[in-house]
Amino acid sequence: MKKLINKPEDVVREELEGIAYAHGDLVKVHYDPNFIVRADAPIQGKVAVISGGGSGHEPMHGGFVGMGMLDAACPGAVFTSPTPDQMLEATKAVNGGAGVLHIVKNYTGDIMNFEMAADLARAEGIEVEAVVTDDDVAVKDSLYTAGRRGVGVTVLAEKLCGAAAEQRRSLQEVAEVCRKAKNWGRSMGMALTSCTVPHVGKPTFDLPEDQMEIGIGIHGEPGRTRMPLKSADEIVEMLMEPIISDLPYKAGDEVLLFVNGMGGTPLIELYIVYRKAYEIATKHGIKVVRNLVGSYITSLEMAGTSITMLKMDDDMIKLWDAPVKTPALRWGV
Amino acid sequence: MPVSRDDVLAWITAIANVLAENKNYLTELDAAIGDADHGANMDRGFKAVMNKMPEIQDKDIGTIFKTVGMTLLSTVGGAGGPLYGTLFLQAGMKTAGKMELSSEDWAEALEAALNGVIMRGKAEVGDKTMVDALTPALAAYKKAISEGQAFHLAMEQCAEAARKGMESTIPLVARKGRASYLGERSAGHQDPGATSSYLILNAAAQAWKNSH
Repeated sequence: MKKLINKPEDVVREELEGIAYAHGDLVKVHYDPNFIVRADAPIQGKVAVISGGGSGHEPMHGGFVGMGMLDAACPGAVFTSPTPDQMLEATKAVNGGAGVLHIVKNYTGDIMNFEMAADLARAEGIEVEAVVTDDDVAVKDSLYTAGRRGVGVTVLAEKLCGAAAEQRRSLQEVAEVCRKAKNWGRSMGMALTSCTVPHVGKPTFDLPEDQMEIGIGIHGEPGRTRMPLKSADEIVEMLMEPIISDLPYKAGDEVLLFVNGMGGTPLIELYIVYRKAYEIATKHGIKVVRNLVGSYITSLEMAGTSITMLKMDDDMIKLWDAPVKTPALRWGV
Repeated sequence: MPVSRDDVLAWITAIANVLAENKNYLTELDAAIGDADHGANMDRGFKAVMNKMPEIQDKDIGTIFKTVGMTLLSTVGGAGGPLYGTLFLQAGMKTAGKMELSSEDWAEALEAALNGVIMRGKAEVGDKTMVDALTPALAAYKKAISEGQAFHLAMEQCAEAARKGMESTIPLVARKGRASYLGERSAGHQDPGATSSYLILNAAAQAWKNSH
């Protein structure tokens, strides 16, 4: 294992200390239990938006804490969902009396830990709503699985909900924005390499030099199929076709197109992916009205990409354009 | 009474030891169909439990189980934290105030623990989860006790049924948890959660083999 770390067991703690030094103007870091809140929390009368999940997906979620996006983020151990006491304390720390929205990615552990935290917060008199994102079309959704994973749409939902909360919309209205994003967004990812969880010390799966995994999640878990490496254009076609046909996205739809890097893929390649994804969308008559290109929901040092499409209406476009000031996403201010 | 408070403490210590010994094994099982963190998570959780031992060793069995549950809940994370946390919390509720357990008390505690896991995780037998080890283990224990067998023999059968249940997960296609994302590719691998459940029950059978 070759990593810029000190000790595997100190990775999350030392990362949080770095965030505190780097972004003290925007966020406050709380330790034991670990959570990050915006520096001016709690904001009276504003719905608070919280997310959380395992570490290793940076900048998600801690990098999205700040004005116009998240009020708090709860980082778990690497690829391990945070614990109920973290979410409970974060919920209490940011509650401004207007309720708290939990944005939860659909993973068995995240769901159970957030459910327990929401029960505990409600027992203390805090109004909590939870919306679960589950946009990964690589996972067959049926009654007999844990359902689709929450991936790229989570980032977009956090931005939209944060903006809606800044407008002082009610908890129900902010949750409705989240449900709309969840219902109108679809994603699919692929990996060129595996990744190494620090406390494991070796790659989660072996992926030979000439092979790739299609349909991966964000935890170094193997995908649905392995096949010989193809060109960028062919790979993008393999990701875009299942996304478009799933919702389905139709001619005339206005969308946000999000090309995400898995952590080890340079921006030059992400733009090559975006180029083809944009052309495919356009060929289907789908109008790309907004975009996001970069590594925002990652899987440690994994090389690869995920593509997310989110159908947008006028309200969502306005919420997307609204000012945001966080460590990782910043515009309009 | 077959199980004293000291027996319970000995079991908890035995769990911490066996999970530390099997940390890499559990992680390797998880790497095949999950996200390679089960061994490290369980080891971290029970190390935290061991740090709590000095403050709980003079308490009743219910308080000991509840403290184990709350500690796992706040240190394990993932799906294992809420599931094993719930398991011990439920066992703690059934044994509140007790300083020793009869074989029937243990059956009730184990049943409540299993029901808690089923309620929290919404899994059934055959879904390739902890439930595949715990369900037959409880049934085997209850059957042996109802036949009038000695406690330590009933515990042996409990652990043996858990082991068979654990092995029964190998050909299964996962329907719950992260392994379910793999679909058919999850078949052919032993479930890490069923494995840790077996290790925990086997630790009880070992720790209590002289109990009658």
